[in-house]
Amino acid sequence: MLSKKQARTFFLGGTMLTFLIFIALTIYSFSGEQDQANTLQLNEPIVRGKQLWEKNNCMGCHTILGEGAYYAPELTKVIDRRGKGYIKAVLMSPVSWAPNGRKMVAYGFTDAEAEDLIAFFDWIDDIDLNGFDRVVSPLAKDK
Amino acid sequence: MKYKSQKVAYWFFALSMLLLVLQIVYGFIMGFARVGMDGLHEIIPFNTARAVHTNLLVVWLLSGFMGAAYYIIPEESKRELVSVKLAYVQLISLALVGVTAIIGYHFNWWEGRKFLEIPRQLDYLVVINVLLFLGLILLTLYKAKRRTTTSIVLAMGLLFAALLYLPGMLPFDSQVMDSFFRWWVVHLWVEGVWELIMGGILSFLLIKLTGVDREVIEKWLYVIVGLTFLSGVLGTGHHYYYIGVNDIWIIVGGIFSALEPLAFLGMALFAINMYRKGEKKHPNKLALFWTLGCAIVSFVGAGLLGFAHTLPQTNLYTHGTLVTAMHGHLAFWGAYAMIVLAMISYAMPNLTGRKIYESNRGRAAFWLSNIGMLGMTVAFGVAGVAQVYLERKFKMDFMMVQNEISIHFVTLLICATLFTVGIIFYILDFIKYGRPNDEALETAEHL
Ligand code: HEC
Ligand code: HEM
Ligand code: HEM
Ligand SMILES: [Fe+2]
Repeated sequence: MLSKKQARTFFLGGTMLTFLIFIALTIYSFSGEQDQANTLQLNEPIVRGKQLWEKNNCMGCHTILGEGAYYAPELTKVIDRRGKGYIKAVLMSPVSWAPNGRKMVAYGFTDAEAEDLIAFFDWIDDIDLNGFDRVVSPLAKDK
Repeated sequence: MKYKSQKVAYWFFALSMLLLVLQIVYGFIMGFARVGMDGLHEIIPFNTARAVHTNLLVVWLLSGFMGAAYYIIPEESKRELVSVKLAYVQLISLALVGVTAIIGYHFNWWEGRKFLEIPRQLDYLVVINVLLFLGLILLTLYKAKRRTTTSIVLAMGLLFAALLYLPGMLPFDSQVMDSFFRWWVVHLWVEGVWELIMGGILSFLLIKLTGVDREVIEKWLYVIVGLTFLSGVLGTGHHYYYIGVNDIWIIVGGIFSALEPLAFLGMALFAINMYRKGEKKHPNKLALFWTLGCAIVSFVGAGLLGFAHTLPQTNLYTHGTLVTAMHGHLAFWGAYAMIVLAMISYAMPNLTGRKIYESNRGRAAFWLSNIGMLGMTVAFGVAGVAQVYLERKFKMDFMMVQNEISIHFVTLLICATLFTVGIIFYILDFIKYGRPNDEALETAEHL
C-alpha cells in the first residue's frame, strides 16, 4: 500500500510540475505573436473607458467577455447589436435607463466620457474569442 | 478546549455568523430586484448588493477559517498561541476593514472587478491584517514541539491564499489581462489553496470525530490535496477558453479541469470511509452531520455541477449565464460554508462547556438550510438552462429572456426563505451556547 511518504511526494511533485507548466503556458499566451486582443492598439480613450467601467462597477450588473453579473445585457458585442448612438443615449441618460422595466443606474455621463466607454467597447468588440464572439448575446447581424 | 488561547476562535466565529446574516439580506435584495421589486434601487442598486453579497461571503468564510486555525493550531501543536492580544487586534482590524469596504460599496467606492471589488487603499490593509494573522499562526507552529501534517496543510493553505491575493492587485490596461490574472486569485483560491484549508479542517474533524488513526487520515489528506493541485492548477484554463487568449487553454483547461471533481470525490469517499472505519463514536452528532454533509455536498456542488459546464463545448454556451450562479451557490455552500459550520459545531461545546451535541433545532438547521440551498440551486439551474437555450441558441434578446425566466426567481425566493430559517436556527443554537470560558478547559474528555 501507499505510504504516507509516497503520498507526500505525489503532492509535492505534482504541484511543482503543473505549476511550472502553468507558468510556461502563461508566458507563451502573452508572447507577442499569440496576441488575440490587439493589445498594441490600446490608446488613451480605451484605457479611460476601462477605468470608467471599473470605477462604476458596471460588471456588478453586466457581463463582458462572459464575466460579471447576469442581471443586465452582455456587452461584448453591444456595438454590433445597438450602434453607437443608442449606447450614447443609454450612458448619458439623466434618468435610469429601463426600456424593459429593469433599471440601470442613471450615470448621466458627459459626451466625452460616453465616447471613452464606446472606444472601450469598440476595442473589446474586435478581440478574437475563440468562437464565443459568435455565440454571445444575440448579434444584430444574425437577426 | 485544551488551551486558553483557543478562546479567540469564538469571536471569529461570532463575526462570521454576523456577516453571514448580512450576506443573506443582500441576497434577498437581489432576488427581489430580479422579480421586479427593486424599490431600493436608488440606495442599493444591484451592483452594490452583489458586491456586498459576494464580499461578505468571502469575509465570513475567511473569518471562519481564521477562527478554525486559532482553534486547531494550538491543539495540534500542543501549545498556546504566541500572542492572544495580537489575535484580538487582528480580529478587530479584520472587522473594521471589512465593514469599511462594505460601506464604501454603497458610495461607489470600489474597483469593479468581480469578487475583488475592495479598493486599492484597503487592499494594503487587508495584506497587513493577513500578515499579522499568518505571523501568529506560523510562529506558534514554528515554536511548537509537534508539527502534524494536518496543521501544516492548513497553514500552507492559509499562506498560499495570502500570496495569491497579490496577483489580484496588479494593474493592467487590457481587460483581457485583467481577467486573466483575476482568475489567479478567484480560481486558484476556490479550486486550489482553499481546498487545502478545507482538507486540513476536514482531517482535524475526522481525527476527532471518528477516532481513526492519524497516520491513515493524514496519508489520504496528502493524496487529496495532491489531486487538487494536479488538476486545479492547469484547470485554471477553463476560465481562459473564451476571454481572448490562445486556444491552447481549450485543450489544457478542458482536460485538467475535467479531472478536478476527482479531488472532491476523494474528499467525499475519504470522509465516509473514515466514518465507517472509526470505532470511537464521538457524541457530537451535529458536528458529524455537518462534516459528512460538507464532504458530500461539496462533491455535488463543486464536482458534479462544476463538471456540468467545464467542457469547452458546453462552456461555449453557458459561459457567463445563470448556470454559473447555480454552480457558484452550491459549490461555495457545500465546500466552504459547510466546513466552517462543521468546525463551529465541533468547537462550540468545547469552548463554552455546554455540551449540546444533539438537538432538534440543530438537526432542523442542518436539513432546512441544505434543502433550501438545493432548491435554490435547482431554481438557478432551471433559469440558467432556459437562458442558455433561448438566448444563446435561439438568439432571443437578453431582456426578453430575463422576462421569460423571472418566474424561477419566485421559486428561488421561496427556497431561500427555507434556507434562511435553517440559518436562523443555527445561529440561535450558537447564541444559546453562551460565551467561551475557562471552566471549559480540559473538561472535554472526548477531545
Ligand atoms: C444596476 C445595474 C446596472 C449597472 C450598475 C449598469 N447597468 Fe447598464 N444596463 C442595466 C440594465 C438592466 C440594462 C437594460 C435595460 C433595458 O433594456 O431595459 C442596461 C443596459 C445597458 C446598455 C445597453 C445594452 C443593450 O443591449 O441594450 C449599455 C451599453 C450599458 N447598460 C452600459 C453600462 C455601463 C457602461 C455601465 C457602467 C458605467 C452600466 N451599464 C452599469 C443595468 C445596469
Ligand atoms: C469548492 C469549489 C468551487 C467553488 C467555490 C466554485 C465557485 C465558482 C464561482 C463563484 C464561479 C463564478 C466565478 C466568476 O465568474 O468570477 C465559478 C465558475 C466556474 N466554475 Fe467553479 N467552483 C468550484 C469548483 C469547480 C470545479 C471543481 C469545476 C470543474 C470541474 C468548476 C468549474 C467552473 C467553471 C467552468 C466556471 C466558469 C463558468 C463560466 O464560464 O461562466 N468549479 N465557480
Ligand atoms: C439565501 C439567500 C440568497 C439569495 C436570495 C441569493 C441570491 C443571489 C443572486 C440573485 C445573485 C446574483 C446572480 C446574478 O448575477 O444575477 C447571487 C450571487 C452569488 N451568491 Fe447568492 N444568494 C443567497 C445566498 C447565498 C449563499 C448562502 C451563498 C454561499 C454559500 C451565496 C453565494 C453566491 C455567489 C458565490 C454569487 C456569485 C455567483 C456568480 O457570480 O456566478 N449566496 N446570489
Ligand atoms: Fe475554476
